[in-house]
Amino acid sequence: MTARTIAVVSAGLGQPSSTRLLAGKLAAATAGHLPAGSEVNTIELRDLAHDIVNALLTGFPAPALREAIDQVFRSDALIAVTPLYSGSYNGLFKSFFDVLDPGSLAGKAVLIAATGGTARHSLALEHAIRPLFTYLRAVTVPTAVFAATEDWGSAGGSGDALTARIDRAGAELAALVEHRKPAAEADPYASVTPFEQLLHDN
Amino acid sequence: MQFGIFTVGDVTSDPTTGRTPTEHERIKAMVTLARKAEEIGLDVFATGEHHNPPFVPSSPTTMLGFIAAQTEKLILSTATTLITTNDPVKIAEDFAMLQHLADGRVDLMLGRGNTGPVYPWFGKDIRQGIELAIENYHLLHRLWREDVVDWEGRFRTPLQGFTSTPRPLDGVPPFVWHGSIRSPEIAEQAAYYGDGFFANHIFWPTEHFVRLVTFYRQRFAHYGHGSPDQAIVGLGGQVYMRKNSQDAVREFRPYFDNAPVYGHGPSLEDFTGQTPLSVGSPQEVIDKTLTFREHFGDYQRQLFLMDHAGLPLKTVLEQLDLLGEVVPVLRRELDALRPASVPDGPTHKALVASAARAAATDEPATDERATDGPAAEGGAVLEASRR
Repeated sequence: MTARTIAVVSAGLGQPSSTRLLAGKLAAATAGHLPAGSEVNTIELRDLAHDIVNALLTGFPAPALREAIDQVFRSDALIAVTPLYSGSYNGLFKSFFDVLDPGSLAGKAVLIAATGGTARHSLALEHAIRPLFTYLRAVTVPTAVFAATEDWGSAGGSGDALTARIDRAGAELAALVEHRKPAAEADPYASVTPFEQLLHDN
Repeated sequence: MQFGIFTVGDVTSDPTTGRTPTEHERIKAMVTLARKAEEIGLDVFATGEHHNPPFVPSSPTTMLGFIAAQTEKLILSTATTLITTNDPVKIAEDFAMLQHLADGRVDLMLGRGNTGPVYPWFGKDIRQGIELAIENYHLLHRLWREDVVDWEGRFRTPLQGFTSTPRPLDGVPPFVWHGSIRSPEIAEQAAYYGDGFFANHIFWPTEHFVRLVTFYRQRFAHYGHGSPDQAIVGLGGQVYMRKNSQDAVREFRPYFDNAPVYGHGPSLEDFTGQTPLSVGSPQEVIDKTLTFREHFGDYQRQLFLMDHAGLPLKTVLEQLDLLGEVVPVLRRELDALRPASVPDGPTHKALVASAARAAATDEPATDERATDGPAAEGGAVLEASRR
């Protein structure tokens, strides 16, 4: 098995952030099921917030955001974690995926996760976040992980359930990645249709 | 090397005074800028084409004809002419007419247009933008080169025994640039015909456009028009100058911060760092503009955007006076660096001369596509005489 790269995108805004904490646990769980030497790159969207808005306005990403976008594009798998705001992903999370190049997540193995105040919001993963990645033609693993505030409580109670769920999701992502080819650089200029064909297909 | 200005023709409020010019004032200001461009020794004036507010230039050949009557040397061009929503027959007629009136001082830049609603207003669909550009230009190309055209396509009424009049001046069609900011297909189209490729790289980082221009150069060579470095490349630019760099930054900042395209986004400093925008002293503008050649290779035409974001006419005229000092330096530097094998910017005179040479030798040698028309025409451009 070859070593893989995992990009972790966290849209948590607090510092420290429970979203970032969940993202870290998911990355560790996934890496635990991948060959040694696999690499985890974590992108905290908070640090890129201004660049993301600027990219929406100008149509191009500033260098730091470009690097983050490229990191996601080049990774074998993506772990995407957002806090829930008003019943859905927060605006920063959505804005980041809005500025990715079209098609750049097609076929990407993705694990989705979210944090929220109470478990009442947990299905937002299924009605809002999974459809976003379906639209982007990514392949999401079946287990989505939701962590409510109470889940971070004592290790004896619901915390165990969260840990078990994190591990299951990580195993699913690792298994999905294992059966896929390593991410390859797509070159839009390599696949341009020759002009005669453009002309005659017209 | 050709230098000029291109204008979008936007009616934008001056953010420092709140004053908005009338359409009449803006249209007249564009004409004033064109005349000023000739006065300060620029080679090219190019106008945009738009069919929605806040833009005024909906009828480019009308404006360019008016300017032609008031100038003697200036090449009149567009940035861009909409090859998608205009009827190619009307483009062929309008620009041939303009070419006669202006004694050949005419070329044009074709673009698709990125405003969705404009397409249905003209009975078209933006989702077919590339297909429209390809089919329409193929017809336009024939209308200027074949006296009688039989034609049938997807997007307009068929033509039987159609002659586009007037015929191009001296039998030589206006030179065509294809402008695109992201579509390899358009670079491929420009390369196929041996036409020019214009990368208006003013709003985005250079690396993106280097890929596009490099691809165009490679494909230009692939289609037998010459070596990659002989392809005909034009670039955009955007500058604001004062003798004192700090004055330029201080004066331009409110226009930058409120500009329609990038305003309320990145800082002026970040944007100048990431794009070709230069705001500073004339020397800083010279230094930054000279870096374009390092990225894109020797190129033929440099157009500057000078009059957008609500800058008042008086300020733009002052900017043009400064540009008139900067351009001779750029011209000297870039002309000196360009090898003799790389063609100069295209002119009608040079195109006529090379067409005559091609006719004298009967058939351009070493051109595998010579019988097909496009390559032969493009080959002619390569021989454009040096300034």
